[in-house]
Amino acid sequence: MKFIKKALVAAAFATAAVSASAQEQFIPLLSYRVGPYADGGSGFFGGVIDYLSLINASGGVNGVKLTWEECETEYNATRGVECYERLKKSHGGASMVEPLSTGIAYGLIDRVAQDKIPMTTLGYGRSDAADGRVFPYVFPLITSYWDQAAGMIKYLADKEGGFDKLKGKKIVHLYHDSAFGKEPFPVFEAYAKQLGFELIKLAVPHPGNEQQSQWLQIRQAKPDYVILWGWGVMNPTALKTAQRNGFPREKMLGVWWAGSEEHVIPAGDAAKGYSSMTFNTPGNYPLLDEIKKKVYAAGKGNMEDKSRIGSVYHMRGVTAGIMMVEAIRKAQDKYGKGKVMSGEQVRWGFENLNVDEARLKALGALGMMPTVKTSCLDHEGSGAVKVQRWDGKAWKAVTPNWVTGDRAMIRKMVEESAAKYAAEKKIAPRDCSKEG
Amino acid sequence: MLYREAGQFKATYVEDSEIFPIRQDKFGIALILAAAFVGIPLLSVAGILADYTFTAILTPFLIFALATLGLNILTGYAGQLSLGTAAFMAVGAFASYNFMLRIDGMPILGAFILGGLCAAAVGIVFGLPSLRIRGFYLAAATLATQFFIVWVLTKVGWFTNYNSSGVITAQKIEMFGYTFDTAFSKYLFVLSVVTVMALLAKNMVRTNVGRSWMAIRDMDMAAEVIGFRPMRTKLLAFAVSSFYCGVAGALFAYAYLGTVEPEGFSLDLSFRILFMVIIGGVGSILGSFFGAAFIVLVPIFLNTFTGFLENTVGIGLPSGISSSIELMVFGALIIFFLIVEPHGLARLWQIGKEKLRLWPFPH
Repeated sequence: MKFIKKALVAAAFATAAVSASAQEQFIPLLSYRVGPYADGGSGFFGGVIDYLSLINASGGVNGVKLTWEECETEYNATRGVECYERLKKSHGGASMVEPLSTGIAYGLIDRVAQDKIPMTTLGYGRSDAADGRVFPYVFPLITSYWDQAAGMIKYLADKEGGFDKLKGKKIVHLYHDSAFGKEPFPVFEAYAKQLGFELIKLAVPHPGNEQQSQWLQIRQAKPDYVILWGWGVMNPTALKTAQRNGFPREKMLGVWWAGSEEHVIPAGDAAKGYSSMTFNTPGNYPLLDEIKKKVYAAGKGNMEDKSRIGSVYHMRGVTAGIMMVEAIRKAQDKYGKGKVMSGEQVRWGFENLNVDEARLKALGALGMMPTVKTSCLDHEGSGAVKVQRWDGKAWKAVTPNWVTGDRAMIRKMVEESAAKYAAEKKIAPRDCSKEG
Repeated sequence: MLYREAGQFKATYVEDSEIFPIRQDKFGIALILAAAFVGIPLLSVAGILADYTFTAILTPFLIFALATLGLNILTGYAGQLSLGTAAFMAVGAFASYNFMLRIDGMPILGAFILGGLCAAAVGIVFGLPSLRIRGFYLAAATLATQFFIVWVLTKVGWFTNYNSSGVITAQKIEMFGYTFDTAFSKYLFVLSVVTVMALLAKNMVRTNVGRSWMAIRDMDMAAEVIGFRPMRTKLLAFAVSSFYCGVAGALFAYAYLGTVEPEGFSLDLSFRILFMVIIGGVGSILGSFFGAAFIVLVPIFLNTFTGFLENTVGIGLPSGISSSIELMVFGALIIFFLIVEPHGLARLWQIGKEKLRLWPFPH
């Protein structure tokens, strides 16, 4: 008891000292809570904030409190860049940035390198940024679109009983007609050639609220699987149209932007049995309980609708929060515990992340996300995905283990693409053997 | 009193045909240019203005002002409604990128001009329907430009140099061995381009060309009767307007965002620029700047203001709500200004000028 009291007093002093000397690690949050993508933005950034609040409630990172400021981007690149520029120097300087928007991330690629602030793009953005030699400040952590596409094929092959069983099958790639939808083309095409399945690519023009003609084509082609690489309203529409055309949803596999509660609930009954990719295993974890207990019970929770705690977007936000805090922790291990880290130091932290199972267990998030180990060469750190199925009420994990595709093949593509970028921009790639 | 041109006599034709005939205007423009080219840089050197002002406020404002100017030439002066502005910007950006990429030693300004010319060519093609249809029907036809261009840019890999993500990454801006890579130098670069093009536009609209556009706008039948060829006039308007938009698009990619995706030039952007024209003032060069300032800066100001309220005054709102309130206030402001002055902010300025002229003895 005495010990606890002592610890509390010490903690209180520590916090007092911390706030007095402004020992605060600042994280700008370029969030979007209005506009067409607000459902995703509010869930994701709510998750990030909940996790950061939890860390603060337990004393910060080795005593360093985290501060953050939100800036509304409306998912608009111009607004996002303005927010970044406004916040990058406030509160003593930004230590990292995560825009959750492809357009904003593109606008920041050059800027973060110049300002020496690391940017994470969890599950979106340039796939080739995984090559840390060319993109030292960009971290497409956990999984890029390419690795996810490879994971999809691996999952379908496993379902059929092996890669050789995919021969002669028909797979439709029903995609949002944009750069986002076309990103996995090279991966699917390479696999189609290698494994001998027929790939049918069908484009859905933005926003995708009318898909009758595409589904007629699908009906005629009688594919074995339909990959839904959708975005926003396109997803529920695809599910409903599939139902109308009698295509079993069990044979549909969505990208993770097509795999949240916000996408399947509007489709109602039609979504039952549909599965999608994810990099979180749905379910409840000690970490989420802790957030409820320490953050929400104290009235500091960020989600207005408490039923969304642990939803797909919220959990993804918590995952992003874990990545951020672990990077700061790692940087502190090297550059001094209890100190505020600069953007460059946090960048080192991101590059040397090692979130293994033991660490996840300590965090209370074992199984919630794959293990992540980054390096100078590999800024992605994992490449593992999971498949989840919507049973009409909740997402349930289908694959007990994490699914990884042919990472060697993806790595080759990443390096080729990154090399081309480096040549265009006249960047000399770093020599990773010299990085400490 | 303050704004009276009485006593300013024109003795020669040259004096009579100056772009800014009134001494006060000349003085005002010189003052603004001096402030933009010398004053603001001095403030920056003195450390009063941070990079933020240049890269996040002034540069996008100038680029959008240029795009608005482009649309204003077409919509405001020639009376042709267009919803394809963002598409023309995209053509400018992607064409400049390809010129820089594929031609060794291409000067950056050359690439911008060629990019603008490509946009002009596309503008002429998509301006053809304007010969037959007008008003809202034309707007619907130009909508096709918007979707077609973005579709082509995603569909044909050549435009993005077969980038797997379908994006282009702008090359560095280099001129005479100098690299424009700081926020401040990019601002000066954009400012120079915009100043030259705005002065050209200001001059153009009062020449024969500009008058032919206005004649077509006001009544195309009558214009035809007095000898303006509608086809040439309308297509020229499309070409010039698209050229301006194309250069604005190239600046958007090169001096502002760096990496752009075709989706960045969506219909949403076209609408935003159209709103800038409407708010600023249809058929006014100055109005283009007002409109761009309003649409670009007011949301930033509102956002900073709510942030200020939360941080210093301590009125904390849940972030979702404060974002929504900002949006509502912004919408209300647009409606307010349109009710007060349907002809845009430029008209307000004109009224102000009239008042200054009579002050202090209004009759």
